[in-house]
Amino acid sequence: MTWGKDALSLENRERLLSIASPVALLLVWQLMSWAGLLDPRFIPSPIGIGKAAYALLRSGELLQNIWVSLIRILAGFVIGAVPGILIGLAMGVSRWVRAAIDPLVAALFPIPKISLLPLIMLYLGIGEASKIALVALGVVFLVLINAMAGVLAIDPIHFDVAKNYGAPRYKLWTRVVIPGALPMIFVGMRLGIGVAFIVIVAAEFVAARSGIGYLIWTSWETLRIENMFVGIITITVLGVLTTLVLHEIERLAMPWRREHA
Amino acid sequence: MSKSFRTRRGETHALRGINLEIGVSEFLCIVGPSGCGKTTLLRILAGLETQTSGTVTIAQDDPSRPLNSMVFQDHSLFPWLTVLDNAAFGLEMRGVPRTERYEKSRALLESVGLTRFSEYYPHQLSGGMKQRVSLVRAFVTDPEVLLMDEPFAALDAQNKVLLQDELLRIWEASRKTVVYITHSIEEALALGDRIIVMTSSPGQLKETIPVEFPRPRNIFELRARPEFGAISARIWEILELEVLKAREAQP
Ligand SMILES: Nc1ncnc2c1ncn2[C@@H]1O[C@H](COP(=O)(O)OP(=O)(O)O)[C@@H](O)[C@H]1O
Ligand SMILES: [Mg+2]
Repeated sequence: MTWGKDALSLENRERLLSIASPVALLLVWQLMSWAGLLDPRFIPSPIGIGKAAYALLRSGELLQNIWVSLIRILAGFVIGAVPGILIGLAMGVSRWVRAAIDPLVAALFPIPKISLLPLIMLYLGIGEASKIALVALGVVFLVLINAMAGVLAIDPIHFDVAKNYGAPRYKLWTRVVIPGALPMIFVGMRLGIGVAFIVIVAAEFVAARSGIGYLIWTSWETLRIENMFVGIITITVLGVLTTLVLHEIERLAMPWRREHA
Repeated sequence: MSKSFRTRRGETHALRGINLEIGVSEFLCIVGPSGCGKTTLLRILAGLETQTSGTVTIAQDDPSRPLNSMVFQDHSLFPWLTVLDNAAFGLEMRGVPRTERYEKSRALLESVGLTRFSEYYPHQLSGGMKQRVSLVRAFVTDPEVLLMDEPFAALDAQNKVLLQDELLRIWEASRKTVVYITHSIEEALALGDRIIVMTSSPGQLKETIPVEFPRPRNIFELRARPEFGAISARIWEILELEVLKAREAQP
């Protein structure tokens, strides 16, 4: 069938183009560097960045810093997300819990979390705990607010059905509240992961001796621009990969939304 | 029995002086103009709302069976559960083990032609199929009373008749007591043993009409009978007045 063939080749052409355009950009960038149009003190060439990345990999420095940052992000994310989900769900289910906690959230959520770094370092020291705590603080409110909104968005008829069929309390949670709020819980977690990356890089700029943020910052201090670019690219790729993993978890956790067109 | 709602804008009397006895295995239909309190009455029977005064008693001769199961109007299936898990929901809530509740639910799903769709999710079903699952979910719990609040109101005319026919077919197998709310006289006549007409708000019971068509009924055949039209017209006369009153009462 020619129609099918055409559609396929159209799709392939699209894919080809989406690969070709970044490659073309890199090529132009490299050519401009060779032609001396870009000042290497400010904009290194792609090949220069590649060489720097290779050196950082060889020395083990890059992987070490990735590892440190990832641990901080994941630990902080889990420590923030788990209570965020639980408290948010409880707020969604019970108007009393909501009335009690809402004002606290309203007061604490707007604080730019990075501004708390010195205070947290005062309490928890300059070690890992303070960075993890800062990430957790950045994550907890986003997850909490979205989990609560998720419960409130459940059609009241589902609670009527559960009540009419005599749902015991734990079944109400496992069969109605949690699955009903799950889409919004994932929205909260996606926003939370984004904030976690911002917070950790900022914290590592000023208050760490390791991590990708630290790598970027020291590259600036020692004027190794290539390394700085390597750091920026690395943290971006990590962010994209984490989002993809979360997306896959989301797909597995909510099979009923998979066939949505 | 009566019911009033207290809201910020004052008190609404939804039901007044309801005195009603429903026989075992009776299929009772209640018709009335919209806003007359039909849903409120059913929700009180279902235990989802508490009456302001009076008592409701449902005779229970087997405490292992639920008092009532409700078939809701629309959108009441859980989007996150498969057809089979939705159908088995009531049994699951009562602690029936998985294999047993699946077995029972599968048997009923088969009788409404949904076996093939057991593992589907509600959003993959048509409106008629969803309401079939809702029926199965209620019937499979084997309650003392089945409560239905305009379960087919959102369906198109053809599906409506098909579903009514299927409802009667599953009902014949168990002859459970049914309280069925509708605003359609034809539907009430086709399904019920007795029809109660309610007044406009505040809802009171206005008139009781026995329906004597023999069972098992064939809905298509029934609708073609001359008596069907005649009784239908008589009930409409009673109802019309209330519908007009309800319309006037609207702001
Ligand atoms: N939760 C509620 N709060 C306040 N008023 C209500 C509530 N539910 C129903 N009513 C009022 O009670 C009356 C009967 O409503 P309803 O039972 O839904 O009527 P029907 O099902 O016959 O259309 C209406 O006037 C409605 O506005
Ligand atoms: Mg109603």
